[in-house]
Amino acid sequence: MFNIKCPWCGDRAETEYTYKGDAAIRRPDPETASDEEWLDQIYLRDNPSENHDELWQHSSGCRQFIKVRRNMKSHKILKTGTPDESFPEDTI
Amino acid sequence: MRYSIFSLARNALNYHQDWPKAWRSPDPKPEYDAIIIGGGGHGLATAYYLAKEHGMTNVAVLEKGWLGGGNTGRNTTIVRSNYELDGNALFYEKALQLWEGLSQDLNYNVMFSPRGVLNLMHTDGAVDAAQRRGNAMRLNGIDAEWWTPEMIKSRVPLIEIDNGGHFPIMGGLMQPRAGTARHDAVAWGYARGADMRGVDIIQNCEVTGIDVDNGRVTGVQTTRGAIRSKKVGLAVAGHTSQVAAMAGLRLPIESHVLQAMVSEPLKPCLDTVITSGVAHMYISQSDKGELVFGGDLDFYNSYAQRGNFPCIEHVVASILYLFPTFSRLRLMRSWGGIMDMSMDGSPIIGKTPIDGLYLNGGWCYGGFKATPGSGWVFAHTMAEDRPHELNELFTLDRFHKGYVIDERGAGPIPGAH
Repeated sequence: MFNIKCPWCGDRAETEYTYKGDAAIRRPDPETASDEEWLDQIYLRDNPSENHDELWQHSSGCRQFIKVRRNMKSHKILKTGTPDESFPEDTI
Repeated sequence: MRYSIFSLARNALNYHQDWPKAWRSPDPKPEYDAIIIGGGGHGLATAYYLAKEHGMTNVAVLEKGWLGGGNTGRNTTIVRSNYELDGNALFYEKALQLWEGLSQDLNYNVMFSPRGVLNLMHTDGAVDAAQRRGNAMRLNGIDAEWWTPEMIKSRVPLIEIDNGGHFPIMGGLMQPRAGTARHDAVAWGYARGADMRGVDIIQNCEVTGIDVDNGRVTGVQTTRGAIRSKKVGLAVAGHTSQVAAMAGLRLPIESHVLQAMVSEPLKPCLDTVITSGVAHMYISQSDKGELVFGGDLDFYNSYAQRGNFPCIEHVVASILYLFPTFSRLRLMRSWGGIMDMSMDGSPIIGKTPIDGLYLNGGWCYGGFKATPGSGWVFAHTMAEDRPHELNELFTLDRFHKGYVIDERGAGPIPGAH
């Protein structure tokens, strides 16, 4: 069971959250986006095997989205923050 | 050596001391006509059919660990072809037909047991959808039967039909020819068959790079040196994104963890495979007597071959909802496997933008049943440099073109398939 720290509510159990996937995805501007940009946003993923920045929604709590950096092999949660927070690359 | 009652008797006289090894362990040659990365069921089946059906025997299978040590050895061994959509239906049916003759073809007992797979339905909407799928299967020449709750109870006496009126079983879609097989034997049988035809199976050989020159693949870099080849096939489901990235490809795949578990062994009590979409579970009984079951993904990206307790609890609760009598059993083991979750729930088997580089991945959690069919069409794709008619819809560019094959209708959310 993950213990995920919500920036607003503090440490909460994994079961209070819903996983929302890769945090790096940005929706392109629908007025100007090309097919390739839509492909990139909707389908393609880096799918890293080490650290992954991802969004979780605190769906049984404050319902805010939060950003989590988690290791894909150890499952260790390295950092959590608000969705717009930028995480430095070297977070161990 | 051919395995038969006679070779068994002959070796019994020597106390089974003189059985030859089932496959060689050669050193890699500097060049091959084709290289397959990944020594699981799919890669070994591909090598087998390359040699047997296409006469390509100067082939290497490169495996970073040991044969069948990935998802081939970690699944719940279910084999079925109960698909509705074009692209999926006839492909999985070809795989099931190959399963039916596989032990004879390989001269290796893969213990294919056509005990039926029964999908339970608990709501009116699910009944309609299942009957439509069953009708589509029958139109495609695939066996499907609608079972009433009475038929289900008589075949599976331990099951709870009414559940006190809470999502009672309203019927089920049965595929009688479906069933289970011995997963390790599939890898070993294909390895032996490929090796006998001259394929080099090289274990403990991790691919660290893919050489591409002017848009054409020229070989691979490995922990045992560089190996040249004009054809390289990827069959590394679980790590497809990583290996494809060595050639600069970015794929419509996320890796997730799926858990499975077994109970302590029991006397025979369940002689078919039961699945339920509402209860999120599937269960069968192994020849050793253990109940083998699983359910949902853990629903987060992962490359760890283990999951978390909330999912185990959910799966076990689902099992007990249908089989309250199993509540006294103890869990013996649980484990996880890394699933290539593709963005439409269907696999990708075909060519890539790089000439000579072929991709077989995105199996979600249904790769085991496809093993013979996957090898069959991937061998054709690699040998002929064009897809077989059974995998021509499983292209990588279908996501770009909008021709996704979304059996579940769940959209581009990998965890939902």
